[in-house]
Amino acid sequence: MSDHDHEHEHDHDRDHSHLCDVQLRVRALETILTEKGYIDPAVLDQIVEHFETKVGPHVGARVVAHAWTDTKFKAALLEDATRAINESGLFDQIGDHLVVVENRPGEHNMVVCTLCSCYPWDVLGLPPVWYKSAPYRSRVVMDPRGVLAEFGVTLPEETKIRVWDSTAETRFLVLPQRPAGTEGWPEERLAELVTRDSMIGTRLAEQPGARP
Amino acid sequence: MNGVHDMGGMHGFGKVVAEQDEPVFHADWEGRVLALMRAVLYTRAWNIDVFRDSQEQLPAPVYLTVSYYHRWLLGITRSALERGLVEQDELDAGRTLRPARPVERTMTPAEAGNAFIRGPFARTPQGDARFKPGDRVRTVNIHPAGHTRLPRYARDKEGVIAAIRGCHVFPDSKAAGKGDDPQWLYSVVFSGRELWGRQADPTLELSIEAFEPYLESV
Repeated sequence: MSDHDHEHEHDHDRDHSHLCDVQLRVRALETILTEKGYIDPAVLDQIVEHFETKVGPHVGARVVAHAWTDTKFKAALLEDATRAINESGLFDQIGDHLVVVENRPGEHNMVVCTLCSCYPWDVLGLPPVWYKSAPYRSRVVMDPRGVLAEFGVTLPEETKIRVWDSTAETRFLVLPQRPAGTEGWPEERLAELVTRDSMIGTRLAEQPGARP
Repeated sequence: MNGVHDMGGMHGFGKVVAEQDEPVFHADWEGRVLALMRAVLYTRAWNIDVFRDSQEQLPAPVYLTVSYYHRWLLGITRSALERGLVEQDELDAGRTLRPARPVERTMTPAEAGNAFIRGPFARTPQGDARFKPGDRVRTVNIHPAGHTRLPRYARDKEGVIAAIRGCHVFPDSKAAGKGDDPQWLYSVVFSGRELWGRQADPTLELSIEAFEPYLESV
């Protein structure tokens, strides 16, 4: 283990020791805001439930699988993703100003928010910790291939890397390349190959048969 | 502001470590903080830009060492105190000690769906867009002490307008309490070489979403 890993764990432990304190502070704030009528705990329950059970990468995976099988939808998606999704009648309505960017042979897209944690919640749910972390935010804009290597991905030297820094309210979703050997597959089966990370751009879609 | 939140291009943070089978929340309180943020912003007591600014204003060592939702809690608490929604003695006591101040609106369970998706940030333009796709632009060299969405690594750099995203709320104004001040928003593409010099990956191209005041003609 490197010195850095030690330091990381140390920081983690230090924050962990504050957990009870943090929990109490959250409870105090929620109690006061509720007593004053600014918020309703029942609403908070619904919001938590929404993000734990309703939205997540499965939504984006269905969008990608549909784009892989329906060329008209794919064209509409690349033109105006929010409109294409909301007018398709196939998905829950989204509010994000969504931009879909397509991986092609020779061009690979990656998404980041260097300033905070902007992420397409409506189609991917909440971001993983690594996406919000300092290592990813600091490095992907300068050393995208180094970051890809840490995800086990090596791209050909000549492949163009296109990084999108989400510095405003536009949100980005990567449309990964459809794996070979999936001709004729139904959308539900295709969607299983579309991982969260492949829609951020830190991995590729899974190959058929890659998982047991 | 030139804070530690503006991380693009910094060294020293180590490897990206992905957690296997990561849960949506690592503790119940994280979910409460996320929901609190959504419900409080619905009251319009403050807004998303103030929320981001409140975290950026945290002391740098705090920003770097507390966990993500803990940082949110610190930001929300700071804004709630600044706007008088709560007072420090109430937080210490864990209960209300004085009457509530009015807010514009509060969310009922029947309206909770409004918290799931966000409203649009597009606004009516104050004038025509100054740039069009293909135009060469240079980003401004600014170092404001307040909130901005122009990252340091992309200041004073030459790039090309790749797309016009419409006219949006201007975060630099909104966070400062100066209203929406709608501005045209563009995707601006830079070469890796322009941003990082000779050592850049020759295949790298990067874009930021840049508001018109961040851009000058070349």
